[in-house]
Amino acid sequence: MPFFKTTKVIETQIDEFLDTVSQGGLVFKQGVKYYLEDITADFEERISTIGSLESKADDLSRNVEAQLYTQSLIPEHRGDVLRLLESNDNIIDISKHALNQFAIEQPAIPKEMNADFINLAEASAEATEAAVLATRAFMRNITAVNDHLHKVDYYEKEVDKLSFRMKKHIFSLDIDLALKIHLSSFVRLVELVSDTAQVVAQRLAISTIKRNI
Amino acid sequence: MEVLFFLSSGLFLGWSLGANDAANVFGTAVGTRMVRFRTAALICSIFLVLGATISGAGAAHTLGSLGSVNAIAGSFMVALSAAATVYWMTRLRLPVSTSQAVVGAIIGWNLYSHSITDSRALLKILGTWVLCPVLAGIVAIVLFLTIRMLLRRFQLHLLRMDFLTRAGLLVVGAFGSYSLGANNIANVMGVFVPVSPFHDINLFGIVTFSGIQQLFLLGALAIAVGVFTYSHKVMATVGTGLFKMSPVAALVVVLSQSIILFIFASEGLEGFLASHGLPTIPLVPVSSSQAVVGAVIGVSLIKSRGRGVRYRVLGEISIGWVTTPLIALVISFISLFFLNNVFDQEVSKKTEHKISQKVIIKLSEEGITDENLESFNDKIYENPITLDNDLKFETKLDPPARRKTIKMAEIVNYYIDPAQVKMHLDPEWFDQDQISAVAALSGKKFEYQWEFVEELAKLAITWQLKEETTANKLFNKDLKNKQKHLDRLFRVVE
Repeated sequence: MPFFKTTKVIETQIDEFLDTVSQGGLVFKQGVKYYLEDITADFEERISTIGSLESKADDLSRNVEAQLYTQSLIPEHRGDVLRLLESNDNIIDISKHALNQFAIEQPAIPKEMNADFINLAEASAEATEAAVLATRAFMRNITAVNDHLHKVDYYEKEVDKLSFRMKKHIFSLDIDLALKIHLSSFVRLVELVSDTAQVVAQRLAISTIKRNI
Repeated sequence: MEVLFFLSSGLFLGWSLGANDAANVFGTAVGTRMVRFRTAALICSIFLVLGATISGAGAAHTLGSLGSVNAIAGSFMVALSAAATVYWMTRLRLPVSTSQAVVGAIIGWNLYSHSITDSRALLKILGTWVLCPVLAGIVAIVLFLTIRMLLRRFQLHLLRMDFLTRAGLLVVGAFGSYSLGANNIANVMGVFVPVSPFHDINLFGIVTFSGIQQLFLLGALAIAVGVFTYSHKVMATVGTGLFKMSPVAALVVVLSQSIILFIFASEGLEGFLASHGLPTIPLVPVSSSQAVVGAVIGVSLIKSRGRGVRYRVLGEISIGWVTTPLIALVISFISLFFLNNVFDQEVSKKTEHKISQKVIIKLSEEGITDENLESFNDKIYENPITLDNDLKFETKLDPPARRKTIKMAEIVNYYIDPAQVKMHLDPEWFDQDQISAVAALSGKKFEYQWEFVEELAKLAITWQLKEETTANKLFNKDLKNKQKHLDRLFRVVE
């Protein structure tokens, strides 16, 4: 049954794609941590890992997109699913971009802010994980989507609060303004990961309503 | 050549049927983009042709509703009127019932030829407009809720659900197309069976491709052409015009329609239940077009409490149902008038009725007596309606008794032609005793049909009608069809 085989192949590819995004979140978290702890070799390795994860995710989403179109699969939800995959792909893109910026710009983060940065990266990674789980639930267990969506919302708000506090702290420090702006841009960069997870959640909320049989 | 000309209206009717009725089977699948139109048209055509040639020919002896029209030019015009009506409705993108158009056109013929219209046929049509959508709606609601519950419990992957829904739509669509072909081919081509220009072909000594099968194949191809060339518009109305459906809802709709047709219109199921001593489900008149619309509305009630339904489209469809038989009736009546008076074609054969002494005796045996029947003795009526009116005024017979009297009084003038006995009694349909009984009467003449039937029943037990029970219903129906077949074979046409 070639048709059924195609369906299974795409199912596997979507699962693999979501695994990749999820791994991307973990690698991002570790990458930020290694940078802050100045463990260069591990940080470099995370940069290369997230690079390959990002290109793997790109390939997988492109493949899924092509097959959904050529086989005319899930006509009613094709648009939603493709937009969801695209938003998930954006999370890993931004995570990769953030780690690369750490490597390129080498921000001089004061030691007392390390814990905040790690917390910020962890909360962003949690938001990513919850967004991935919600997307997975959308594919196979629609009733569980909301259980994960509220987590995305929760972590995104946590990140917002934390970043606000961190930015306030940065601008209260007795350092050069250029440095303040530089540090603040990195808070924003890490915050962007959870914002992108939030976009996934918003899309999912609408698609879930549409996906009532 | 003349036969081929007359055949053309049957082919037009087939084309119209394909253009309209394919939407009942694949409309929702195509409308929800689960099945491409070309795929749907291809599967529909293949299974239609198979159904018409394999199963349709088996039931071909029934001739369909058009069988009551007794002259080929009349059949031509009745089929043409029905086809034109269905074509018109198809242009308006409305799903209508082809068999109701046929019945409407036949009533037009009845009116023109002064034949009696069975009021039950009219009631049957009125019944389907209400009963069929309601039943289909209820089945769709039950099915929809069940499937939704199962889907919530078993949590299928979106893609797997898509695959199963698609497979379901294709399988149910293929079955639907098969039965569409099997059930409707008799309406399209049945009437042309006696004048079929085709002869049996033996393929490599293995399979015989009978003349009827060839004729039905031609009709089925006309239906298939209708599906390919023109069914897209009605599919759009059924699929998306009435209510925007999800693929699962689309499957629920076609499943409900098939269930309705299977449970409430399947004599096979009734026979099966009866033969196993199980209680039967009463057969009610159902139409696939009306079932589909009812099911769509049923699903919409559950999905959105009827809010998403385009009531303007629903109104147009309902008006289409009411007007279809009426338009077919009017077109049929007017065109029969032209065919008869302008082109000088015989559109109906005259039937004569005579209540002779032997008819009166036979009627009294059947429990129909009236002292005034004697006054009709040997008076010949050329018009059954006049006879019915006279019976109404001069006797106290109730309508069923009058119908029976008129039927018994019809003069058929059978001549049991030995050549016809040899040629036209299919041993696969008639059993050996039945054929021998007919052969034993070779060369004889009968004035009334019941006389011939009585003689046959004396000669072979298999020519005797069984007691009217559900279990015997199929047997009796088949026997009556056989009697009709003999009627066409042996009736002497002046």
